Amino acid sequence: MNNKVKLTIDGKSIKAEAGKNLVDVAKENKIFIPTLCYFKELNPLGTCRICTVKLNGKHTTGCTVKVSEGMNIEVNTPELLDNRKAIIEMLYAEGNHFCPTCEKSGNCDMQNHAYDMGITVTRYPHVFSDKIVDFTPKRMIMETNRCILCKRCVEEIKTRDGKDVFSFVERGVRTRVHIDYEQEAKLSEAEALHAMNICPVGAILIKGVAHEQPFGERKYDVLGKDIIPSLKNGKIKKEDHEKFIVATTSLAGCFGCHMSLLDIDTDLLDMLEIVEFNKSPFTDIKKFSKRCHIGLIEGGCANTENVHVLREFRKKCDILIGFGECAIMGGIPAMRNFISLKECLEESYLNGTTSEIGADIIPAHEDLPKLLNNVYPCNEVVKIDYYIPGCPPNAEHIWKVVKSILLGEKFSITHDEFKYD
Amino acid sequence: MSVLWDVQRKKRFISHDDMTKISQEFNMSRMELEGVVTFYHFYHRTDCGKYTIYINECVISQYSGRNKIVEAFEEAIGVKMGHVTADKMFGLFKSPCIGLSDQEPACLINFQPFTHLTPYKIKDIISQIRNGKKAFEICDTPKSVIQYKPSIDKTVFFKPYVPYATLSFLEKYNPEEIIEKIKKSKLAGRGGAFFPTGLKWQFCHNNKADQKYIICNADEGEPGTFKDRVLLEEHPELLIEGMIFAAYSVGASIGAIYLRAEYRYLKQKLEKLLSKYREDGKLGKEILAKIPFDFDIYIHLGAGAYICGEETALIHSMEGKRGEPSTKEVFPVEKGFNDKPTVVNNVETLCAVPRILEMGVDSWLALGTDKTPGTKLLSVSGDCEKKGIYEIEWGMNMREFINLTGAKDIKMIQFSGPSGELLSEIDFDRNISGEDLQCGGSVMIFDNKRDLLHILKNYSNFFVEESCGICVPCRTGNFLLNKKINKLILGHAEEKDLADIKEWSKIIKTTSRCGLGQSSSNSLNDAMKKFPEIFKQRLSENTDFNKAFNLEKAIEEYDNIINDLSTPYE
Ligand SMILES: Cc1cc2nc3c(=O)[nH]c(=O)nc-3n(C[C@H](O)[C@H](O)[C@H](O)COP(=O)(O)O)c2cc1C
Ligand code: SF4
Repeated sequence: MNNKVKLTIDGKSIKAEAGKNLVDVAKENKIFIPTLCYFKELNPLGTCRICTVKLNGKHTTGCTVKVSEGMNIEVNTPELLDNRKAIIEMLYAEGNHFCPTCEKSGNCDMQNHAYDMGITVTRYPHVFSDKIVDFTPKRMIMETNRCILCKRCVEEIKTRDGKDVFSFVERGVRTRVHIDYEQEAKLSEAEALHAMNICPVGAILIKGVAHEQPFGERKYDVLGKDIIPSLKNGKIKKEDHEKFIVATTSLAGCFGCHMSLLDIDTDLLDMLEIVEFNKSPFTDIKKFSKRCHIGLIEGGCANTENVHVLREFRKKCDILIGFGECAIMGGIPAMRNFISLKECLEESYLNGTTSEIGADIIPAHEDLPKLLNNVYPCNEVVKIDYYIPGCPPNAEHIWKVVKSILLGEKFSITHDEFKYD
Repeated sequence: MSVLWDVQRKKRFISHDDMTKISQEFNMSRMELEGVVTFYHFYHRTDCGKYTIYINECVISQYSGRNKIVEAFEEAIGVKMGHVTADKMFGLFKSPCIGLSDQEPACLINFQPFTHLTPYKIKDIISQIRNGKKAFEICDTPKSVIQYKPSIDKTVFFKPYVPYATLSFLEKYNPEEIIEKIKKSKLAGRGGAFFPTGLKWQFCHNNKADQKYIICNADEGEPGTFKDRVLLEEHPELLIEGMIFAAYSVGASIGAIYLRAEYRYLKQKLEKLLSKYREDGKLGKEILAKIPFDFDIYIHLGAGAYICGEETALIHSMEGKRGEPSTKEVFPVEKGFNDKPTVVNNVETLCAVPRILEMGVDSWLALGTDKTPGTKLLSVSGDCEKKGIYEIEWGMNMREFINLTGAKDIKMIQFSGPSGELLSEIDFDRNISGEDLQCGGSVMIFDNKRDLLHILKNYSNFFVEESCGICVPCRTGNFLLNKKINKLILGHAEEKDLADIKEWSKIIKTTSRCGLGQSSSNSLNDAMKKFPEIFKQRLSENTDFNKAFNLEKAIEEYDNIINDLSTPYE
């Protein structure tokens, strides 16, 4: 046993086999270093960068470190934790990730990390770049919108005669993974499935195979920790006898989030003891009649009216909360951002399967709001103070956050409430 | 890669069918090859014209009147930038720094250099080509402008050279002794990382293998440098001899010069010289030495990618792959080219070797500073009277250096390229040395006319374009920083945006895989520190509304569509 070495991870002194991979060593000692590209069968790839740790004071990726005597490793410092969160957020901003429509939701490594890190919104603006969904391969679908370029498939999936099936093409922000059709056709069913399974997100799909596991049995359905949302400073000021005033609206959303608001059932009555609704679909008050403490925004901005309403809310409310994916990042409506507006309109009103034969009108009238070129997340139009993720967010989650902001108390959100896929 | 170059040169683009054929030949999948082709910007997927014109995008070029030059070309050939004429005669493209910063505005036509361009000269060039002249017949020979060297007893690089004289040391010393000398000389890598050369050789020497390689990094991609170009023109013999010493020391039998495509015009001359060395028995089998050895050198041509200057990316590129840097757990001296121990050294580093042996380690150590003995080559460009190469003794004071260049009214100096350090007035009392101001070679001077943000935006464009794309902080982080700079330029930014820039840069710096990502935000952050007032001026007041969102712009498209539709058919 003379090949054991001593090292410290986050102050804990640890004995391990010399040359063993740091991520594995840490795991054995119950220190979790999150990874996306690393998986045991391969050489460490070091592409995703989220396992970045500090080795003897210098930043490096955990997955490429082989442990040796005397190493001093930091894993969970505030800086490193934030770095990891930032990278996941950047991956979300870079790709086009619509969890509610994704086959891999619940089985997705990246989604799971995001839950664990308590990510509600990315700090980066969404890039919304146009990426292709390639249906041409015989068995697979390549959804480059979701690809995080971890390179697992490129390195791992080869044909029996040793050729690559997946390859990186282009460089810089335009880098993508493409499939070689000829090689893909040579893969066996099992090899193709393997490709889908090693993809840490939902970029590689096998036709006819997705959605196999029912809810509740997916990889990440039971795991997860509770989250205590942090409050920004500034308590809400009001006289003791007054009620809190709340306004709500649905912009480019489906009203699903509002339905969810009602889902606390009879607790709503308790809520009404301390809260009074002003402008909101619940009250049908169309114009603000007084200044509000909180404005709850559902949906993003797809047209001029959405923008006007949102700006009005910003002016009239002390605090704005974006609730639901659409408010946070555009959501399902933002899927049109990759298609030209003209095509969208033509498909909807002229050429679509549901439009009448001979239809030749695209509705336009001075009383109708105008469509924007893209669907914008709310925070790209005005400042948003808090975000409640979900599609729709869980009712308990919403009210806990609202109460917590109103009363300045801390609540813990359970993993179940936070998780919405 | 040379096969790809052959196709590119002959057919002027690499078609789908060609890729299929080549991939079969090399037993790889077609898509893998496509990945390689699309990585390099000098490989085209559509016809790039019989005469392909590349114009430098770097700030230095812009401030020398690049826009006028582009217009002149556009007028002369009749198509816009990024396009090819209908008869496929001319193609006009952008390229990052082409290594002619002291002779801008300049361009490459079929990789032949044309310098000091004027609209008149461009008309003339195009009409001559139309009349059947070939690019190599009418191109310029970039002059090596050596503006300054120390007194003759202190000059290392630019002094007369006696052919083969230093090679006699091969017979006098065994490999270990040469490594010892280089170690003692404290020679450190001149490619930007400053790793001790002797130590690198020692490591490679100690790794036993049946095959080892010496690679000369002549990819010189950092905007604003051209010192390697000048060395290749003036003293290629030094480079070859440096490589011979390196090979002898570490036990390598194959050497390669990774020459950036932008310097293709130097290839022929280099090849001639290599043949001469072979004829004279200085390269090839059984080279005369204390322990006779075999060594030969070939030239590998790059295809346009700054990142291929990074040594592990360079090695991948030489293996015919995408030029992606490796993770840093194994170094090339252990597992490099073809997984064999490999030394990668910069042109200047290798050129210094024979000179050190020739002058003796002690006289070398007498020059410069304690940490960085000897001299250093600096490529000076931008707003100064005397652009060109400066061979200075390490330790020179910045002010003294500025006086040499004749620059006046300086706002800032970009030292060591966009990934280096941005200097302002307060730094001018510092010394250029390993102890203080380290420099890879690029010195770009900007006077008070210049707009700092415009310069930073140019750097950022460069990094966005040249990131290899393998890790997200660099790939998308730089893209997002670029957007922030845009926001600043448009006057939409608030204080929060400055805080974001700082925070995001730090994340990019600490989590990126290679030096490109780690250093890409240096100049932006230096600028924020040294010129806070310029940033402050551009800020608008804090509000709860995002000024970057422009409602009028956002509905423009819709208005156009509706307008088009409501115009009745004839
Ligand atoms: C992004 C990047 C670009 C680089 N470009 C060059 C280059 O153009 N020329 C060069 O010699 N070294 C370049 N280097 C440094 C090389 O990685 C390497 O350190 C050098 O070739 C080693 O030679 P030296 O020890 O003689 O300096 C670059 C490094 C990075 C990270
Ligand atoms: S830092 Fe940039 S250039 Fe370097 S490996 Fe990462 S993506 Fe590539």
